[in-house]
Amino acid sequence: MRTTTLGARQSLRGLYGLILGFPAALFTIGVLTDIAYLKTAEIQWTNFSQWLITGALVFGGIAAAWSLVAIVLSLRTSIRLWRVVEFGALALMFVLGLINAFKHSQDGWSSVGAFGLTLSILCSLLALTAGFIAISGASDEEIAR
Amino acid sequence: MIRTTLGVCAAALVLAACGRSDPNLNETGARPDLPDVRETLIPPMRVTGPTGWGDQVPTVPAGFTVTAMATDLQIPRQILVLPNGDILIAEGRGGNAPPLRPKDIIAGPIKKKGNTQVESGDRLTLLRDADNDGRAEVRTVFADNLDAPYGLAFVDGYIYVANQDALVRIPWTPGQTRATAAPEEVTKLPSRINHHWTKSLTVSADGQTLYVGIGSNSNVGERGMAVEEERAVVWAIDRATGARRTMATGIRNPTALAIEPTTGAVWAVVNERDELGPQLVPDYLTSVREGAFYGWPYSYWGQNIDPRVRPQKPELVATAIAPDYALGAHVAALGLSFATQGGFGGAFTEGAFVGEHGSWNRQDPSGYKVAWVPFSAGRPSGPPVDFATGFLAEDGARGRPVGVTFDPTRRILLVADDLSNTIWRIAPARTTP
Repeated sequence: MRTTTLGARQSLRGLYGLILGFPAALFTIGVLTDIAYLKTAEIQWTNFSQWLITGALVFGGIAAAWSLVAIVLSLRTSIRLWRVVEFGALALMFVLGLINAFKHSQDGWSSVGAFGLTLSILCSLLALTAGFIAISGASDEEIAR
Repeated sequence: MIRTTLGVCAAALVLAACGRSDPNLNETGARPDLPDVRETLIPPMRVTGPTGWGDQVPTVPAGFTVTAMATDLQIPRQILVLPNGDILIAEGRGGNAPPLRPKDIIAGPIKKKGNTQVESGDRLTLLRDADNDGRAEVRTVFADNLDAPYGLAFVDGYIYVANQDALVRIPWTPGQTRATAAPEEVTKLPSRINHHWTKSLTVSADGQTLYVGIGSNSNVGERGMAVEEERAVVWAIDRATGARRTMATGIRNPTALAIEPTTGAVWAVVNERDELGPQLVPDYLTSVREGAFYGWPYSYWGQNIDPRVRPQKPELVATAIAPDYALGAHVAALGLSFATQGGFGGAFTEGAFVGEHGSWNRQDPSGYKVAWVPFSAGRPSGPPVDFATGFLAEDGARGRPVGVTFDPTRRILLVADDLSNTIWRIAPARTTP
């Protein structure tokens, strides 16, 4: 009979998915607030972007670390290519996000500009990619059926 | 001891451009060299922690002596010498800008390491040195419970105090050591946020007009321009009626005002914007011209556009005038006092003393001294000269100068040091008879 209680593995997987949702959502909204700032020069939009990027980095950093630990723990059994791609995306997202946070800490127009917007878009794409891989189950060791 | 060198030049960042200045550039005078804008992902920050003076004192020119006239103050800023020779010191710390961005939360505590940790005095201390021996035989709290008092002026029986939120006045009679009346409000001053909270003050030679310097509410408009209404301006207030007009605009942070003695013109020292590079933008000394626009935030040193400010205002920038005299980038000039009645004589006869609090936004510190700017016929006439140095030690900062006040009667210069909480008295060495 199928068990109805969540196993430890499933709980962890769910928690990881939740954490991964933050950078995906926050970086993506950050692109929108960046665009809003560049369109309107209304300073509050770049303030929003800065907090969104900061939040995305905090959760994105946890997700990247988690993903790395998962790879290390599974080294003895098998290495899954998608899992490495997922981690790679998260790691690159974190590095670019950090640069983006410093870029956004500049004052006024310099806080976004073409460079800031480009970084925001790249971070979003990387976060969405990592999230998509994780939720699709491609990086799981075994797909629960 | 604590040398917090946050020269955070991450390898990925612009290594060559990490906040060091080029010694070949001329940073002072009427036509300073203005290098290209050099923004970095992380602003160069070098905050020098306090070391204390120990048995050291500031270094002054040959023929002068320096003594600590008062110690253990609570953040002394500006000084006023009253008609009977008594000395008033405004003490305190203001500002109530809430952190708005992640940057505010990170950079705020770092910059605080370069400041004193004592509590804001919010008071005026009175010193009396009737025999002019450099030791105050009387020290009292003249008035307290003020709101971050800064600018001071005396006219016609009243001490005017520029608190961070209002200009107030307190009646004074010679010999008084404690205010007998509560401060009376002359006019409210812009105080929302108060990113730059210091309200500087001076009075015209005829005693009719009070001038108040009001600093901007941001580095360069990054809190939005709505909060910059009547900021980065100098107000002229009619003493009789309290009516005020805005005399000059775009003058980012006019931290000290004084009347030039030969012309009667109002002069100011002004702190300019940060994060455009170690040698931009020069802080300056300027006569405050009626109706003038000095550029902030849209342009600096006349009509050099600041790329960070949008929307730009080309029509307004076209009216911006350059200030008179550059003091050097990031020196943080906070004190201004003209030598009057012949000054100290010799090289220090006609000119201005400028208290320079010292930089945070460059790797090689600038400021941390009292400079002398020679004048001739009411205009600056040569490069600045160090007058009091030694505030910066190898291992940190001993002190940071703020207000400077020349007392022509006793021929002394008083310097407020808000890091060691000291008033320094600089006088010509006495030749014993």
